[in-house]
Amino acid sequence: MITEEQVLAWLELSATVMAENKEFLTDLDAAIGDADHGINMNRGFSKVKDKLPELAGKDIGTILKTTGMTLMSSVGGASGPLYGTVFMKAGQALAGKTELGSDDLCTLFQSGRDGIVQRGKAVAGDKTMFDVWAPVVEVADANRGLEPLAFLEMCVATAEEARDATAPMQARKGRASYLGERSIGHIDPGAASSTLLLAALRDTIKGG
Amino acid sequence: MKKIINDVDRVIVETLEGMAAAHPELKVNIDPHYIVRAHKGNKVAVISGGGSGHEPLHGGFVGTGMLDGACPGEMFTSPTPDQMYECAKVAESGKGVLFLVKNYTGDVMNFETAVELVAGENIAVQAILVDDDVAVKDSLYTAGRRGVGLTVLMEKIVGAAAEAGCDLDTCASLARKVNLNGRSLGMALTSCTVPAAGKPTFQLADDEMEIGIGIHGEPGIKRMPFKRADEITEILTTTILDDKGYSRTLREWDRGAGDWVEKTLVDKDFNEGDEMIVLVNSMGGTPLSELYVVYRKLAEICKGRKIKIVRSLVGPYITSLEMQGFSITLLKADAEILQYWDAPVRTPGLQLG
Repeated sequence: MITEEQVLAWLELSATVMAENKEFLTDLDAAIGDADHGINMNRGFSKVKDKLPELAGKDIGTILKTTGMTLMSSVGGASGPLYGTVFMKAGQALAGKTELGSDDLCTLFQSGRDGIVQRGKAVAGDKTMFDVWAPVVEVADANRGLEPLAFLEMCVATAEEARDATAPMQARKGRASYLGERSIGHIDPGAASSTLLLAALRDTIKGG
Repeated sequence: MKKIINDVDRVIVETLEGMAAAHPELKVNIDPHYIVRAHKGNKVAVISGGGSGHEPLHGGFVGTGMLDGACPGEMFTSPTPDQMYECAKVAESGKGVLFLVKNYTGDVMNFETAVELVAGENIAVQAILVDDDVAVKDSLYTAGRRGVGLTVLMEKIVGAAAEAGCDLDTCASLARKVNLNGRSLGMALTSCTVPAAGKPTFQLADDEMEIGIGIHGEPGIKRMPFKRADEITEILTTTILDDKGYSRTLREWDRGAGDWVEKTLVDKDFNEGDEMIVLVNSMGGTPLSELYVVYRKLAEICKGRKIKIVRSLVGPYITSLEMQGFSITLLKADAEILQYWDAPVRTPGLQLG
């Protein structure tokens, strides 16, 4: 089972990962968007990191909801409302939980994906973060029986493959859509940051 | 990068501090960022917002006869729902809140979230989108037309209607009408540099220009060899005048149902005999002298096509930092639109009447 401390450690690691990948995400965004995804995600997760001390001892639902509200009010752009909604919906779905099994992670991913659809109206193939979340939810659903670490290894592998699969897509949402065919050949920045968050969760559990 | 700044991370805050010092008629809040009038009116609160870097839009348009509040985001990044919510709570006076929103994915999502938060407080609220950039051809496979120059005219006209005491639904209908009757197109000679990025957003060769650039340097219709002012003006003006029947499906808030509804709206065509309000706008780096060179040709083209320019505005009103370039906006005006255009306005960025 994943503990409340591990969830906090995941969010802290996410802040480190976003700081380390600020340039990488911004460069991906420069190719097909407005060159601020890494800057915005780093700003948002450093605010989340500032909130972590006061979240110690709270239930996982509250931790995720607070994370969502913090991201919503600090990231800006399209990723602010999208990641904000992901964490807020996940927090609502996991209200009161103090530990998470693979079933709960399934719930987390599902509610996150549903939040993205509700806010962003994305469908498969639009070249957005939905293109990572949708296949991850499917794989997660089919592997509920696995232990969390093995389960997360499956999910991360799926996310990495799905992230790379956004490259040949032509964007139909967001600023990248204005490029038309010129958006082909680049990975979607939101798909990349979603994969980083998932890998950070796996790495947290792996590290104990 | 050479810019007149102190600290890359404090550009927005120091801009706001300067505005507060220069304009005691405004109330500037730093955390979260928003600007409201120092003395609020008993009227529909008209609020806009968007990424910073387009000044005087939007903060410079807060004042009598125009906006009640503005929410500046980070440079070229949408503001966040908490700003919009706080701004609405401070600016509203029981007559409701109207958000005027430029059609960008981030702005739309953040404002939609804000609408839900404000509605949750039992405050009457509506959000109307402006999407006037004819550089974007279709709405089916893209995020749709962007909100550009028409935003300035919409804020002026709807702001005047709210000042005159029109209710929320009347102001929202007027905003929708302005949006369906106005279109814009811009061009750039150079890129601009976002302070945090430290390097130009894109590269244009010395002998190149880009037609249809957005206000953040989004790609346009095409890059072509740099031409004389008359030829550039002709390309922009005729593209706008000949644009027909743009259709899009937008979401508006249904107060009764407490949910979003989709509306399919189609632009009105421009025809011989139409009366127009015209905006010739600098992207920040193009001087007024050159804007008048453009205006001269624009007036000639309109005359030749029997289109009557009844009001004009020439200057830097919706900019893209220090980008060299300009945009043209044409708005077909009827008696209602003209009445509110002619009403007095007193803001840092626009004074008329």
